[in-house]
Amino acid sequence: MGGAGKPGAPPASVAYVNARLLDPASGLDVQVDARGGLLTDGEIISDVGAGLFSDGAPDGVQVVDCGGHCLAPGLVDMRAQLREPGEEHKETLASAGRSATAGGISTMVCLPNTDPVLDDMSVVEFIARRARKVGLTKVHPYGAVTKGLKGEEMAELGMLAESGAVAFTDGDRAVANARVMSKALSYAGTFNLLIIQHPEEPSLAGMGSMNSGETATRLGLTGIPREAEIIIVERDIRLAEMTRGRLHFAHLSTAAAIEAVRKAKARGLSITCDTAPPYFALNETAVGDYRTFTKLSPPLRAESDRQAVVDGLGDGAIDAIASDHAPQDEDAKRLPFAQAAFGGIGLETLLCVSLELYHNGHMSLLDVIGRLTHQPAALLDLPAGRLEKGAAADLVVFDPDRGWKVDGDRLLSKSKNTPFDGRPVQGRVLRTVIDGRTVFERQAAGAGT
Amino acid sequence: MTGLAPELTFAHRHLLGIEGLSPDEITLLLDRAETYVAQNRLADKKKAVLVGRTIINLFFESSTRTRTSFELAGKRLGGDVINMSVSTSSIKKGETLIDTAMTLNAMHPDVLVVRHPDSGGVKLLSEKVNCAVINGGDGSHEHPTQALLDALTIRRRKGRLAGLRVAICGDVLHSRVARSNIYLLNTMGARIRLIAPRTLIPPAVERMGVEVFNDMKEGLKDCDIVMMLRLQSERMHTNYFPSIREYFHFFGLDYEKLASAKPDALIMHPGPMNRGVEIDSEVADDIGRSAIREQVEMGVAVRMACLEVLALNLPAWVEGAD
Repeated sequence: MGGAGKPGAPPASVAYVNARLLDPASGLDVQVDARGGLLTDGEIISDVGAGLFSDGAPDGVQVVDCGGHCLAPGLVDMRAQLREPGEEHKETLASAGRSATAGGISTMVCLPNTDPVLDDMSVVEFIARRARKVGLTKVHPYGAVTKGLKGEEMAELGMLAESGAVAFTDGDRAVANARVMSKALSYAGTFNLLIIQHPEEPSLAGMGSMNSGETATRLGLTGIPREAEIIIVERDIRLAEMTRGRLHFAHLSTAAAIEAVRKAKARGLSITCDTAPPYFALNETAVGDYRTFTKLSPPLRAESDRQAVVDGLGDGAIDAIASDHAPQDEDAKRLPFAQAAFGGIGLETLLCVSLELYHNGHMSLLDVIGRLTHQPAALLDLPAGRLEKGAAADLVVFDPDRGWKVDGDRLLSKSKNTPFDGRPVQGRVLRTVIDGRTVFERQAAGAGT
Repeated sequence: MTGLAPELTFAHRHLLGIEGLSPDEITLLLDRAETYVAQNRLADKKKAVLVGRTIINLFFESSTRTRTSFELAGKRLGGDVINMSVSTSSIKKGETLIDTAMTLNAMHPDVLVVRHPDSGGVKLLSEKVNCAVINGGDGSHEHPTQALLDALTIRRRKGRLAGLRVAICGDVLHSRVARSNIYLLNTMGARIRLIAPRTLIPPAVERMGVEVFNDMKEGLKDCDIVMMLRLQSERMHTNYFPSIREYFHFFGLDYEKLASAKPDALIMHPGPMNRGVEIDSEVADDIGRSAIREQVEMGVAVRMACLEVLALNLPAWVEGAD
């Protein structure tokens, strides 16, 4: 990592030249040589375009040659568990920040399932303060929908929003009670706040540990039926319609749930959803010989579901791709499959695994980057994910073709539980810029790290 | 025995709600009440309108101010007033509402003033008795005398009802006061805004002829009247709102929010108030702005007018008495 400038010191003015400029929000996708690119002034983007430096870069400006690689808005990851406060042995805001910047993520939104839970203004403010001090990827917190994530009494949504919570979710738990969910949607609507549901009916998921079906049966594991997801998605679409609330589903994994969202959108409802790389890159067979790193929530599904996730991303039924980063330490994963914790890390593999959608011809490069930048930013009303004049200079330079092999031990997250361990991937982050400062730079000729 | 103009009659046996009353009928009640305001300020507050008549206050739900107000109203008109409350009646012993009505009916009361915790409870009872019935509040349905006393208070302060912009703020969902006020103010040509978190706004309430706001400052803009509703804090654990602190922060009436209403906006509250929950203490006690105590005074006058007007329609002798 080559950090140029420290947080606090005003960053230099930088000209990024010789790059493929990608701005999904405006549809910009253009290869420029040394005469074009992007200019930052301090912490903001001051200009962008093909002929920007036709008379050469302005005097006194540092020039960064992007080597013809892609220059895009820094990624916006709308779902990450950062474990601080409370479980700092799994991850901290600092370790997550290092991992995220290595993954090209300039903004991430953390779940409230910390200890203490983010259901109180002081804890919400703590996250923002700590993340600013760390000075890496920007962190915005979600607030809890219910006090203590218990699914019973509503948290102070209005005041939490004033303290900086960007939307509300009970994290990796569903708001299961229909009355509580409908009141939350309705109350949140008072302030035009977004509720994000983890769509899994707990009474149906029960003690299941992987997708219900043939693989689970052969392995002798208790299954989590797809219907656990579908029932909540279909129910909550009804509740959102009844309450006129804004609703988002996290990490959809089943064909029927995606179809339900697609239909709700066609009816004009304010319903959105995201998914995560495991659900379009893996299926339940990855569980293989009880590999606990593939024990995720929701579980990896059947191949037909995986294909439906790909289709949903392609046709826009799915709005965003999030890392669903869920660090677990060895003690939580080195257990019999049924006892192991759910979750996989994902910050550093978000871009490269998402790029498989492009390499496999399912989506254009611009569309893939859109799902990782301005679309999640727009859902959460975050000023991020665009290459435009006056926007924060949050950038990523990446080579979409460079191959490497995921090695959990070499990832920067404090926890190493990646479901993609050993996977050959294409797409490497070369530089990450946040507020005009380079916070991550990959050493030249470095395959591997 | 009355000063009613012959063309202004009140063609209803009961007063079960404001819904269905004409502007003339409402005006009649307010005009009559106006005369009693003056009378109630004299040393001799009595007027022999209900001499020989029996009025029973039948309260299935606790109440201090409404019951006292009706009791005073009946007594000042010379009637005999009896109070029955649920704790001392046979309701607690398992008697049904209809049996209670039949029992009381056999005692030949002339007017029953009834409060019941269930919407429609007062109407059900009225169908089983021969006397006049006044709804003293039924569930979340109607509280007609409250709306009338609010209207009288407004009319005295503002000189009119038509064209005024009235904000009704707070727990509209559970409020019978809000519903009666919506009917009355709409009938009289005022413009009504409801301001509350979405969880406390009843579904399809726009169909009752109101505008809905979820933001106090926005909703109070240019309002002539700010009516606060009592927030029942026991609702908090049923997820209508997260906490008293958050409720007051966004929906409690304080000077900052009040600043977007008209400078001479009148503040009203049906009582009992929760200071620091739906209304800031200082605002509630602001003599220049708050009409809260005046509302209580108008209550007695309005109830006298209601008793008088209904008594006019009573037969000289009781039906069914053989």
